[in-house]
Amino acid sequence: MHTKKLTTLACAAALATLSGAASAQISGNTVKVGVLTDMSGTYSDLAGAGAVLATQMAIDDFMAEAKPAFKVEMVSADHQNKADIASNKAREWFEREGVDTATELVTTSTALAVMKIAKEMNRVALMSGPASTPITNEQCNDVTVHYTYDTYALANGTAKAVTQQGGDTWFFLTADYAFGQALEKDSSAVVTANGGKVLGSVRHPFPASDFSSFLLQAQASGAKIIGLANAGADTTNAIKQAAEFGVTPKQSLAGLLMFISDVHSLGLKNTQGMYLTTGFYWDLNDETRAWSKRFFDKHKRMPTMVQAGQYSSVLHYLRAVNAAGSDEASKVMAQMKKTPINDFFAKNGQIRDDGRMVHDMYLAQVKKPDESKYPWDYYHIRQTIPAAEAFQPLSQSKCPLVKK
Amino acid sequence: MEIFGVPSALLGSQLLVGLINGSFYAILSLGLAIIFGLLNIINFTHGAQYMMGAFVAWIALNKLGINYWVALLLAPLAVGALGVLIERTMLRKLYKLDHLYGLLLTFGLALIFEGIFRDQYGISGQSYPVPELLQGGVNLGFMFLPIYRGWVVVAALTVCFATWFIIEKTKLGAYLRAGTENPQMVQALGINVPLLITFTYGFGVALAAFAGVLAAPIYQVSPLMGSNLIIVVFAVVVIGGMGSIMGSILTGIGLGLIEGLTRVFYPEASAVVVFVIMVIVLLVRPAGLFGKA
Repeated sequence: MHTKKLTTLACAAALATLSGAASAQISGNTVKVGVLTDMSGTYSDLAGAGAVLATQMAIDDFMAEAKPAFKVEMVSADHQNKADIASNKAREWFEREGVDTATELVTTSTALAVMKIAKEMNRVALMSGPASTPITNEQCNDVTVHYTYDTYALANGTAKAVTQQGGDTWFFLTADYAFGQALEKDSSAVVTANGGKVLGSVRHPFPASDFSSFLLQAQASGAKIIGLANAGADTTNAIKQAAEFGVTPKQSLAGLLMFISDVHSLGLKNTQGMYLTTGFYWDLNDETRAWSKRFFDKHKRMPTMVQAGQYSSVLHYLRAVNAAGSDEASKVMAQMKKTPINDFFAKNGQIRDDGRMVHDMYLAQVKKPDESKYPWDYYHIRQTIPAAEAFQPLSQSKCPLVKK
Repeated sequence: MEIFGVPSALLGSQLLVGLINGSFYAILSLGLAIIFGLLNIINFTHGAQYMMGAFVAWIALNKLGINYWVALLLAPLAVGALGVLIERTMLRKLYKLDHLYGLLLTFGLALIFEGIFRDQYGISGQSYPVPELLQGGVNLGFMFLPIYRGWVVVAALTVCFATWFIIEKTKLGAYLRAGTENPQMVQALGINVPLLITFTYGFGVALAAFAGVLAAPIYQVSPLMGSNLIIVVFAVVVIGGMGSIMGSILTGIGLGLIEGLTRVFYPEASAVVVFVIMVIVLLVRPAGLFGKA
C-alpha cells in the first residue's frame, strides 16, 4: 500500500518534471499575440479589423504548418490612436494576461509608448502600422521590429521619383503631430538632395476635415508639387478638395502616405496619375494574389500593406518562437534577426540591428479609370525599389544599438 | 498689397473660405439652438444626424439613382422622420428630468448610429460627386471659387434666415415660443403642445440632415464626419447663447471667419481658436453673446 502510493507519487513527480521540461521555455505553454490597433478611428480601414483578421490567418497557417507543442492565442484591443490608452492596455496585457508580443500599433505616438513598455517588461513589439523613423533611430530598442514601411522609405520612393520627373518645387501640407512632421522632414531632405526646392509648408491640426484654407496657401506658393504629409481621412479630404478648388491639375499632389483603402474610397477619378510608395500590392504576382484572395474572401476588401505586413510579421515571430523553443524576448529577437523572411510579402527580408525590417518597396502610379480592368485593379507598379536602397542606411542611423 | 505681412488676395480668399465654413456652423448650431431653446434637450445626436443626411444622399444616388436635388429634400425628410420617432418614443420621457439625461441618451444614440454606419461602410467613407449643374468654378481675381461652395453659402443662409423668420415673426413661431414658456396655458387655449414639440425636434434634426447633404460633395461621406464637427458647433452655440436663434446664426458665421483668419496667421491653433473664444466669452458674458442672463 505504502510502496504503491510512493510509486504513484514518484511517477507523478517524474511526469510533472518531464512535461515541465518540454514546455519550460514557453510560458504557460501558450504564446499570446496581442493586436493593439485602431478599431474605430481614422486608421481603422487601413489596419483595424483587417489587421486582426490577418493575425488570425497567420496563427492558423502557423498551426497548420508547424503543428507546435504549444498553443497560440490572440487578443485584440482598440487603442483609439491614443498613447495613454495604448500603454495602459499593453501594460495590462504584459503584466496580467501573459501576452508575449504587442503587434500592429498604427499611429506613431501609440507605437513609441508601447515599445518603451515592451522593453521594460522584456516582451516583443511588432510594428506594422506606424510610420515614423524615430522608432528605429533615437527611440530604438532591442525588442522592437518596425516591419512594413516608414517615412524614410515613403519619402525616398515618392518624393525622389516626383522630383526627378521635374516636380522640383514643393509645398507641404503637414498633419501637426509626430508622424506628419517626420514625413515632412524626411521628404524635404529627399527633395533637396535631388535638386528640388521646398517653398514652404503649413501644419494643419490632426484630424482636420476642411482643407480649403490650407490648399489656398499651397496654391499661393506657386509650387509645382503639393506634398501631403498626412494620412487617412486627412489625405482623402485634401485630395478631394484640391480638385474642387482648381489646385489640381495646375499643381500636382503627391500623397506621401497613401493606402489602397484611400484610393478605393476616393475612386480612380480623383486619384488617377498620383504616385505613391507601398510595401505591398495585392496584384503583384501569383503569391500575393493567392494570399490576398483568401483575405478578401473573409474581409470583402483587398489588404492594405499594413494588413499584409501584419500577417507576415506575426508568422515570422511564431516561426522564430518555435525554432528558438522559447518565448523569451531576447531569444526570439535573436532568432528573428538571424532568419531571412521569405513569404508572399517579402523576399529575403532582413531585420537589422536597429529593428528595421528591410525589404523591397514599390513605386506605384494610380491607374486611370479606363485602365482599370477588374475590381481593385488600381496600380501600375512603376519601379521596384530594392531593399538596400529603400530604407535609411545604417550609416545614417541615430540608433545607439547600431555598431559603427 | 499686404496686410500684416499677408498678401491681401490670400486674406480675401481666407475670409471667403471662413464664410463658407461659417455657414455650415450656422445651420448646424441653429438646429441645436432650436432644439435646446424649445425642448431643453442638449441634442448630442446632431452630428450623427448630419452624417446620416449625407449618407442618405449617398445611398439615394448610388443605390436608387436619386439625384442631388431630390436628396436635398428627401434626406432631411427621412432623417427628420427618424428624429420624430426618437422624440415620440424616448426623448418625451425625459423632459421633466435633469438636462443630463437627455444629453446621455442622445450621446448614446449618436454612438449607436455611428457604429452602425461604420460597420456597414468602413471609416474611409464614400465619395459623393458635385452635381453637374454646380461643377467648376469662377475666378474672382483673388481666388478660384468653386461654384458649389458659393451655392452652399446661399442655400445655408437662406434656410437659416427663413427659419429665424418663421420662429420670430409668424404665428406658428409665436405658438412655439409660448408653448415652451408656459405649456399649460397654451394647451388650455386649444393648441396641441406635444405635437408642436415633436414637430420642432423633427425640424431641428432635418436642418442637420440638410447640412449633411450640402456637405456630401465637399467632404468624404464618412461615419465620423459629424463627430469631428459637433464639438465645434456646440462651442458656437455656447458662445452665441444657448437657445438664441439669431445668436447662433451670427456666431456661426463670425467664428467661421475667425477660424479662417487663424489658418493664415497661425494654422496650428486653428483647431482651438473657437474654444479659446468660448472660454473668454463665458468669463465675460456667462449667458453667451446673445443670450439672456
